Amino acid sequence: MITENYYTFKILRYDAKEPDVEPHFESYRIKVVSGLTVLMVLLRIQEEIDGTLSFRSSCRSAVCGSCAMVINGKIDLACRTQVATFGSNTIVLEPLPNFEIIKDLVVDMTPFWNMYEKIRPYLIRTSPDPEKEIQQSEEERSRIDQVVNCILCACCYGACPVLSRDPEYAGPAAIAKLERFVLDSRDERPASALDAVNNEKGVWGCDTILRCIDACPKDVRPTDSVVGLRKKLIKNRLFGKGIK
Amino acid sequence: MLSHDVLIVGGGLAGLRAAVGLCDKYDVGLISKVYPIRSHSIAAQGGINAALANNPNAKDDTWEKHTFDTVKGSDYLADQDAAELMCQEAIKIVYEMEHWGCPFSRFPDGTIAQRPFGGAGYPRTCYSTDLTGHVLLNTLHERAVYKGVRVYPEWFVIALVNDGGQCHGVIAFDLKNGEVIPVRAKATLFATGGYGRVYFYSTNALINTGSGIGIAYKAGVPIKDMEFVQFHPTALIGTNILMTEACRGEGGYLTNKDGERFMKRYVPNAMELAPRDIVSRSIQTEIDEGRGLEHPLGKYINLDLRHLGAEKILAKLPGIRNICLDFIGIDPILEPIPIMPCQHYSMGGIDTNEKCATDVKGFYAAGECACVSVHGANRLGGNSLLETIVFGKLASFAIDEYLQSSEIRQDEGLLISKKGEIETKIHRLVNEGDEKPYTILADLRKTMSSLVGIFRKREELGQALEDIEAVKERYRRVHVSSSKLYMNHELLNAIELEYMLEVAHTIALGAYLREESRGAHFRRDFSTRNDAGWLKHTIAKMGPDGEPVISSKKVIITKYQPMERKY
Repeated sequence: MITENYYTFKILRYDAKEPDVEPHFESYRIKVVSGLTVLMVLLRIQEEIDGTLSFRSSCRSAVCGSCAMVINGKIDLACRTQVATFGSNTIVLEPLPNFEIIKDLVVDMTPFWNMYEKIRPYLIRTSPDPEKEIQQSEEERSRIDQVVNCILCACCYGACPVLSRDPEYAGPAAIAKLERFVLDSRDERPASALDAVNNEKGVWGCDTILRCIDACPKDVRPTDSVVGLRKKLIKNRLFGKGIK
Repeated sequence: MLSHDVLIVGGGLAGLRAAVGLCDKYDVGLISKVYPIRSHSIAAQGGINAALANNPNAKDDTWEKHTFDTVKGSDYLADQDAAELMCQEAIKIVYEMEHWGCPFSRFPDGTIAQRPFGGAGYPRTCYSTDLTGHVLLNTLHERAVYKGVRVYPEWFVIALVNDGGQCHGVIAFDLKNGEVIPVRAKATLFATGGYGRVYFYSTNALINTGSGIGIAYKAGVPIKDMEFVQFHPTALIGTNILMTEACRGEGGYLTNKDGERFMKRYVPNAMELAPRDIVSRSIQTEIDEGRGLEHPLGKYINLDLRHLGAEKILAKLPGIRNICLDFIGIDPILEPIPIMPCQHYSMGGIDTNEKCATDVKGFYAAGECACVSVHGANRLGGNSLLETIVFGKLASFAIDEYLQSSEIRQDEGLLISKKGEIETKIHRLVNEGDEKPYTILADLRKTMSSLVGIFRKREELGQALEDIEAVKERYRRVHVSSSKLYMNHELLNAIELEYMLEVAHTIALGAYLREESRGAHFRRDFSTRNDAGWLKHTIAKMGPDGEPVISSKKVIITKYQPMERKY
């Protein structure tokens, strides 16, 4: 049978347009089936109890990356987190760290997108395109399997200790995206393309304590990308062999 | 007032492809309700069709055969000139996306891999594991970043400004700041997606309200074939999350409570790879006749992948496995997946020709919000991603041609007076009324799912029309609880609801009037196709009294004469 239980959702409320009112928690008590996800409960609270509550959502199936937040202290997507997973009937929701809050659980992602755009997140080629596809072996394609899965939800960005002390740090997602192209056998960017991250604001700034890997809902490993790019930079410096 | 040469509404595949095609030459603005990478194109799993003939079993595949499969799949309601164009362009756009960086899965010879899909005579579905929409949308988004496309994220369009023959732009709403902003444009393209969310059970994202179609309709633009709604055979029970057709393309079975592969009783040749309309009806029939399985969340059928083995599932369907683990704690390597049919795709939409042009000069539509029609009464799997990119590209050509050839009259006064109207409407929403938007929407969705579903009949459709009339009446008393206009999602829902009601009305009315069964539209009281009476498109246009006026339009037939649809 489906069981229904009362849950208390404590949600951080703040409105950047009314900065005089300090961030504070508001509690909502709601009866739900325990298989329900945090996102579905948020939607019910917004619809039935408090129309002023703001949060982002879209696909509700962990592919669009809209609903990253802090759920009982853990960064995750609200849509893939079931309310029953905590063994507690109280669930605390806070906005993603390392961002300015716009309203409630909605944060200003502009710095995240700026970092993403800065690393030139697109295939760069100098050779002319063939008539058909650019050949790529199954093995070459498999090198980017893991990094291709990134949904740009910014869970890693919120979890990153470096960003919490240095907002100019590129952050895990942007570095993983850069490696996605560097590892792609079709990409022909020059070694100088790594100059932008060859510093303390880039790959050398990472503490390598793997918080981003823990936070990623899609099993991407940004720290591995940091380490991979560091190796390429060193090899290129020592042997001048480029970054491929 | 903002102004652009071209205004694109929607940041999914169709909108981004059009923007990328136009931004070098024109001042383009792209408005998107969500940040573009969050668009619903991202959720497409299985693949994109193109007759590349890469598969060793498909060396003689051609775009003509792809067209034939598409037309037959459409139950002959597709316009064949448009389907031909799409299937020819398919080959070019798949290579184009690959050249722009799309990481397609590969065959051992280094070419783009292709898998079998439902209703297709050849394995021609190109894919990237089961995340094809994800990689395509990322690739086009990356291209848009490269080109520097001007994006207005988290802006919503509230109205289209049409003087009765020409489009002057839109009235937009900046969600972050709560401002109503008129946007003047010489050409406007809607790429706003489908209307799945008028149904209670839908695989669609929450943003797929169909409001773009409703906005166009309320501005006097004709809409087409709204009654044709695709129900996907395999959605994960309880969550309605899509389980891609690739599960069956890779060899998955559908079984009932007796462990029987029941498709052999319905379509013995195609089995699980019959087109979606047929498989969905077969599953629903098994459930209705007591051969489904029981779950607290409803009756279901098993999608069994176990015989494919762990290696194949991990290599070809990793996303599906993760969804099953995340959402219902089932590992498809060890257990069958409980599924049921669920609303999935909108065949109908804004009436356009093969150049994405509508009845209104300067107003274009592409992607799922448009009805060209290339899908007719039933879309084949792998043809929706294809449609978005092909017609996004063709829209960019058509708009370029229009801007070069026409002297375009612009009317700011019309935009300003429309802005005033919208502000009055918003003022009313936050100050008057007493009914929450979600109660009205919930009732609308229940009506659509229970009375305008897979199997339809006159009495139920008549009841649906009455129900919709009643919820429309209640909408007059809708109320939004906060008068702060910024980041007010309830306000957004209330505004969209008005358009959803119109969309639902035209779906139910089209289904009520069409007294035949064709593709996804199945009438228990008229269970066969009737070409003599109904080989025609349904057109709905809002009349002066606000009620839909229904007419019809000829289906364009080139060389594929309608015949019985057998698989």
